[in-house]
This record gives sequence, structure tokens and C-alpha cells, in this order.
Amino acid sequence: MDDQFYIGTRKGLFRARRANDGKWLIEGPEFRSSPVTMVLRDSRDGAEYAALNLGHFGPHLWRKMPGAAWEEIETPAFPREAGGTAVSMIWALEPGGPDQEGRLWLGTLPGGLFRSDDRGAHWMLVQTLWDHPERAKWAGGGYDDPGIHSICVRPDDPEAIAVGVSVGGVWHTRDGGASWALSGPGMVASYMPGPMQNDPAVQDPHRLVQCPANPDVLWVQHHCGIFRSTDWGESWHRIQVGVTSDFGFAVVVHPRDPEQAWFAPAVSDEIRIPVDDALVVSHTGNGGGQFRLLETGLPGPGAYDLVYRHALEINSSGTCLAMGSTTGNLWVSDDAGESWTCISQHLPPIYCIRF
Amino acid sequence: MPRFIFTRHLSDIVPRSIPVEGETVGKALEAVLIRYPRLQSYLLDDQGQLRTHVRIFVDETLMDTFDDPVTASSEVYVLQALSGG
Repeated sequence: MDDQFYIGTRKGLFRARRANDGKWLIEGPEFRSSPVTMVLRDSRDGAEYAALNLGHFGPHLWRKMPGAAWEEIETPAFPREAGGTAVSMIWALEPGGPDQEGRLWLGTLPGGLFRSDDRGAHWMLVQTLWDHPERAKWAGGGYDDPGIHSICVRPDDPEAIAVGVSVGGVWHTRDGGASWALSGPGMVASYMPGPMQNDPAVQDPHRLVQCPANPDVLWVQHHCGIFRSTDWGESWHRIQVGVTSDFGFAVVVHPRDPEQAWFAPAVSDEIRIPVDDALVVSHTGNGGGQFRLLETGLPGPGAYDLVYRHALEINSSGTCLAMGSTTGNLWVSDDAGESWTCISQHLPPIYCIRF
Repeated sequence: MPRFIFTRHLSDIVPRSIPVEGETVGKALEAVLIRYPRLQSYLLDDQGQLRTHVRIFVDETLMDTFDDPVTASSEVYVLQALSGG
């Protein structure tokens, strides 16, 4: 599936695929006019999943098995209780381990982690995380409620999972969700008062990714900069970018080389547009020691594209990147970001991209 | 028999007009949901509450609670807020 990817947008689900002549074609939309907040193709069984967020009628989840039509499946729901909460958006969806066929992990606003063992036919709230006392410190970021947007299942140990929460830090389980612990120190939330800035429970990781070949290495594009861990979150250290802003939402890491990561910078928290009105991708090839700007084929000055946290992706071989923006522009790079080709300027606002 | 009339936004889920038995909005809606169970998660949230941007009118009166009465001649309109883009 390295030569095709999904594009979840405000107005439906599109597919991009490379034609025989090497050019990229865009097909769709499926779920015409419906906002698609997350999409997943499960390589274990070929199942495809699309999460919709219908403004009036709530979040809904659909599945397509190979050769079959899309069917609506159970939407994760919080247990009914007095004063209980309700899922408002599905924000993360990841497969379990290679030998856990049918297991899925799903993150929601407001901050629920759900598990399915039957390809989404049924969902169960991971109560251990929901009931954790430190969850009281979670807060809304870009949305009114906190939300789980990143779920990293270790390929070498699928019972070990790291979860990114805006705003609530990075959380780890080593026993399939039976117990949870916060990441260690190192991230800094400069929007908080004094000593609270170092509290791991109040950090705002915008996006958390792990290197599949070396899952001890985690990268975070944080509200207040870029952080990296080489010990699976026991500790974090700040990365100095230098050549551009360290504010943004998206980050991807090379699937085999944990030293390589790409980001889509914006000016700052207060000014969420590209630096100097010119869209660039920043890249490090040595673990954040140095960065280069990759801008060939990207627009500017006069570009006001913002790249959401799930809208920059890399394929499983590390050869191709795709990036979509709030302005409905879509770019592909076949040379690790050195140059980009715009394959559409007319899509709806892009929420997520997924190979 | 009271009649439910649903917004066109839900036409993939439920017919636009359905006559059902029931003495209150809630009882009549239960009868609809038995026939069209997918509809539940579109109208109600996890806690069984009417979704924030959905409105129900009984004839020309905005529903207060699901206990609001309906009569044999009532028309129950299920609408969505006119928002978004």
C-alpha cells in the first residue's frame, strides 16, 4: 500500500494512488460531504476503517472488509452513568500487534481510550486510564475537552503502548492497558505557571510518533516545541530547531531510521500560519542535532496553509511523504521531502492522511 | 396515530415520515428505534441524551422532555440546527 493513501477531509474520504505513468490520481469522495476525522487500513486483514464526525448527529465508525461494501459498526461509547460523558469525536485509531488480529485501539475526545478485539464490532472503554487520578489534570487544548490523538503500539511488544493526550501528557502501559504510568520528565509546558511547567500530566503533545524499527525512540511535536525520547518516554529532551519555528502540529519519523524526522512548522501558538507566509517542511537526519528546510515545490510567500497533526504521513518504506493542509492543498514527495509535487489545490480542508 | 417526520439529513437511516404508536414523544420514539435501531446513535448520545444540535418539535411546540405528550393527530418533527458549512 506504499503507492496509495487515504485523505480524510471535511467533505469526505478521498484516495490517492500512483498510476502506471507515475502520476498521482485522486479518487472519491466516499462519505460524500461528511467530515472524516480518522482513517485506517489494517494491514493484518485488509480491513478499512473510517471515522466520521457528523456535526449534528455525532461520531460514527464504518468498516470495509476486502471485497465488501462499507458498513456502519458500533461507535465507541462511554458507560451510562449519572452525569456521564459522551464521545464527541474519534481522533485516533490504530491496529494492535501483528499477532493480535482484530484488536484495535481508538482514542476520542473527551480523552477516552477504547479497545476492540473483533474488528470494531464491539468496543470497551479502557477504564484503568479513564479512572486514573492524574486524569483530573487533563484539560482541553484546541477543543473544549482533552483528547487522545496518538496511540503507539510497540511492534516488538504489543502489550506496551504509548498514548498522547492534548492536554494531558504522554501515558504508557506495559501490560496491555491494565495499568498506566505517565511519561518521565523533560517536556516543558511554558503556558503553565512556574513549577507546574514541568508536570508531565499537563503537557500538550500535539502529536506523538515512534520509530517502528526502534520503538524506544519517540518524537513529540509539542505545543511548546519539539521533544525526543530514546528510552520510550522515561525521559525527554528538547530539540533546538534553529532554522525555523519549533511550533506546529505534525511530526513523522522514518520507519527504519529513528534519527530522521519531519515537521510542518507554523509561526507560533498565537500565529498559526507558516513562517514568513511560506510553507516549508523541516527535517533532521541526526536526531535533532541539525535541521534543514525542505521547500522545493511548496508555496510561498502568500501561503496560509496549516498542516494538522494527522495530515503529514510517511509510507512504510520511508520513500514517500504526503502532506495536506487546511486550505485543501495536497503534496507528495518521492525523495524524502527534498522536493514536493502539489497533486490537488481544490480538496476540502484536510484532517488526516494515511498510507 | 402520531407521525414522526425526520429531516432529510437522516434519509439514509430512516424514512422521512413514519406513523407510530405512543402517548409521549419518548414512547413513540422508542417504537421508531425498534424498527430503525441505527437511528439511536444519530439522535442520542452515549448517555441517552438528545444530541446538542438536534431539535424535536411536537406540531409547533419545541419538545421540553421526552415525556411530552403526543396525540393521535400529532406530527413530531426531528430537525437539526441550521449551522455548520
